[in-house]
Amino acid sequence: MRLELVGVTKRFGALVANDSVDLAVEPGEIHCLLGENGAGKSTLMNVLFGLLHADEGEIRIDGDAVTFADPGEAVRRGIGMVHQHFMLVPVFTVAENVVLGFEPTRRFGFLDHRKARADIRRLSAEFGLEVDPDATVEDLPVGVQQRVEILKALQRDARVLILDEPTAVLTPQEISALFEIMRSLGASGRSILFITHKLKEVLAVADRITVMRLGRVVGTTTPQESDESALAAMMVGRSVELVVQKGPANPGREVLRVRDLTVVDERGVVVVDHVDLEVRAGEIVALAGVQGNGQTEIVEALTGLRPLRGGSIELDGSEVAGSSPHEMIRAGVAHVPEDRQRDGLVLPMSVADNLVLDIQDSEPFARFGSRDLAAVRANAEQKLGDFDIRASSVDVAVATLSGGNQQKVVVARELSRPIKLLVASQPTRGLDVGSIEYVHRQIVAQRDRGVAVLIVSSELDEVLALGDRVVVMFRGRIMGVVDSSVDRDTIGLMMAGVVESRAATR
Amino acid sequence: MSVLEAALPGPSPPPEQHAPPPDSRLVSSGRIRGMGTFLVALAAVMTFAFGLGVPSSDRATFILTAPPAVNVAPLTMSVRWVSIVLAVLCAAAGLWLVFRREQRASYLVFGAGFTLFLWSFLTWVARGAQLNFVQMLATTLISTTPLVFGSLSGIMCERSGVINIAIEGQFLAGAFLGAMIGSVTGDLWLGVLAGAVAGGLFGWLLAFLTLRYGIDQIIAGVVIVAFCTGLTTFLTEQVLTPDQATLNSPQTFAAIGIPLLDKIPIVGPVLFDQNVFVYLAAVLLVVVHVGLFRTRWGLRVRAVGEHPHAAETVGVHVISVRYRNVILGGAIAGIGGASFTIGSVGQFSPQMTAGLGYVALAAMIFGRWRPFGALGAALLFGFCVSLQSFLAVLNVGIPSPFLAMAPYVITIAVVSGLVGRVRPPAADGAPYRRE
Repeated sequence: MRLELVGVTKRFGALVANDSVDLAVEPGEIHCLLGENGAGKSTLMNVLFGLLHADEGEIRIDGDAVTFADPGEAVRRGIGMVHQHFMLVPVFTVAENVVLGFEPTRRFGFLDHRKARADIRRLSAEFGLEVDPDATVEDLPVGVQQRVEILKALQRDARVLILDEPTAVLTPQEISALFEIMRSLGASGRSILFITHKLKEVLAVADRITVMRLGRVVGTTTPQESDESALAAMMVGRSVELVVQKGPANPGREVLRVRDLTVVDERGVVVVDHVDLEVRAGEIVALAGVQGNGQTEIVEALTGLRPLRGGSIELDGSEVAGSSPHEMIRAGVAHVPEDRQRDGLVLPMSVADNLVLDIQDSEPFARFGSRDLAAVRANAEQKLGDFDIRASSVDVAVATLSGGNQQKVVVARELSRPIKLLVASQPTRGLDVGSIEYVHRQIVAQRDRGVAVLIVSSELDEVLALGDRVVVMFRGRIMGVVDSSVDRDTIGLMMAGVVESRAATR
Repeated sequence: MSVLEAALPGPSPPPEQHAPPPDSRLVSSGRIRGMGTFLVALAAVMTFAFGLGVPSSDRATFILTAPPAVNVAPLTMSVRWVSIVLAVLCAAAGLWLVFRREQRASYLVFGAGFTLFLWSFLTWVARGAQLNFVQMLATTLISTTPLVFGSLSGIMCERSGVINIAIEGQFLAGAFLGAMIGSVTGDLWLGVLAGAVAGGLFGWLLAFLTLRYGIDQIIAGVVIVAFCTGLTTFLTEQVLTPDQATLNSPQTFAAIGIPLLDKIPIVGPVLFDQNVFVYLAAVLLVVVHVGLFRTRWGLRVRAVGEHPHAAETVGVHVISVRYRNVILGGAIAGIGGASFTIGSVGQFSPQMTAGLGYVALAAMIFGRWRPFGALGAALLFGFCVSLQSFLAVLNVGIPSPFLAMAPYVITIAVVSGLVGRVRPPAADGAPYRRE
């Protein structure tokens, strides 16, 4: 099946999310759609999948113009989509998820579970997508959940499969397994639209590459004709530095010393399991690992957001375990949280107020229990300049800012008080390349100023670029501590829990 | 071979990555120990209060027969010795729970132990008197019936992601219209239908307010209850009371014995000699259960209640599924409402449902959004209501307001102790917006 988008335009009010986009996917082709967050890739795919309706332009299948009123129609015309956030019902079994909306039934609408299982087994065997039809989805690792999503599309006989940022949650090994699956799907004549912002992956798997920027297609190329820096320049619109500029670390005294840290989650399951960790002044320690292996909980414990089950946390030699977040802030810990919109900002509040959330109750922002709004505003005006935050005024709700600028507000707030330890969790998630550069430079600058820095990232590139030492976590335990010059293979295997490093702890 | 893969090992089989999370369906061992300890405590009460605390000459008589069934001789027991024997069994059950902490049978064993306690309690209450045990069970079932309708209504709505806190209002609407139509037409089945229509109408109103305008589901529900309460009270005073004989004097459904089955001792009169509402509730219970867990309809409803966006992407129309379910749920509650009037009393009076709509909602939650779970909780409540009315007759010396309170208190205590944390449908109460 040949899929074509011709002149597709989609507007949200004044914003033009897609501006006359042309795109053609040939049968059997792995076609990459590359672009930064906010370039309009997801909007385009939602139009293609019938979740949104184009204002102009048309979709053609084998030359015929088609319109999709809803995703059901897109599915019937052979389009399948694996969403970035999986569209799986966690409490359902694999089989139930795969057949939902397309259920084989016996009389009176009774589900035919036997046929559902048989279909899944057949497709699993055909494309090497191994999965147990009777497993409950929430018990499965994300890599397997993704296979369920792919199976779901295949069970509906998808000829074009849209994969929206499929690698964000996978280990390097899972990523290469996914690429194998993509190739075997391509070999069977199905086409794949692979949406990503990761340059290495594009070059590894694509037959053809279409690059989008600010809602427009800026060019089409192939891996043979292109390379990382050329693609990055197309994507951003100017040449960018892909490597973080930083000198060698100059580690000083031990600022953070964690011993035997144990943390349990809401269900009482041990998620951080007797962890030892230390971070010295003037070094960046990167905590690597697939998401959900205890990194979040370590950060929450270090910042006072989550009670400990056991162990000690020493900051500059004094015990701080069990302190409240407020006390942690006072003790000189800065925290850039994983989810800035949920934990880092109060979205409906102004930029100015968000910039002083941590110290709004003390001088000079408050006096005698009453806020000094003039001081808050003056502070904000200054921070806007210092941290290059693009906002129309300091009084607008922080929710109206772009992701990159929101993150800069968080960073500006956290770095504006004297700190000993910076804990940054997924500091560049969802940011454009320009903002990523900026945030990275700020983090390195803090290090060079003698701050102890702990970053958590599920992006291996970021871990290797930023970390002076890399600590790899798996299932709440530390698999090993390695130098950032280590090869991706080793770290990948450690992230998957396969090898435990015998490297020295420092 | 390109950049990335050169740096990656081949597609080695991805190793098992995550320990499976603990199964939320299983009972924690702490809870099991708690249940066991509780049973041992009950056994102590049985031994000392009901056993050694009464003269050994005290006897209790349980009457085990009622009209259609084959006659069974009454059971006369020595209160002291029966209590002591039951106490030993109950303690054994408790200790088994404490030491074995078997996951699977824990609820069953606890239920058995608690039943032993109730038996002992009843013999103690009935010492020197007679207690019609069969009658008591039959009353239990009758008190349970409206709750079953109510909680099935809740399940229908909440499994699709809409909280129906308006059950109480739908009860009242169904009771009112059922009585009026039943009275005017003289046809009780039309009364049932009217009840369903009234409930369905307020179900539609809830759906309309929450799905079209995105009004908070709890607030919309509370408003509907207030509206129904006010409206039925007003209409009773203004319309029904002036013409009581025509408008508010319906017949009631008589008990229908199921041939042969109603002859079975004990079970017969309890299960197979009831009115239409009891049978209807039983049928609906099975239909909703099978529908939800075995059919395409149920799969889609549950998907909509758990993850509406996922359902949407596979072509399920979230809003229409919710409309349909909330209207159907309202209709079921309306039938339950009609059972208050044309099922038992034969007359509508303001606020006659006495908060049972909320009890039904609680039964649904305690039953973990499953029809038979809700039935269990509803039966417990029904039994307490029945027990309370028998205790009032036996005159055990407890002031009647306290007795009237007992069903609510016991249900809350037992069930909240047993259930622990429950997991509602993930999208329950969340408005749905297409992206």
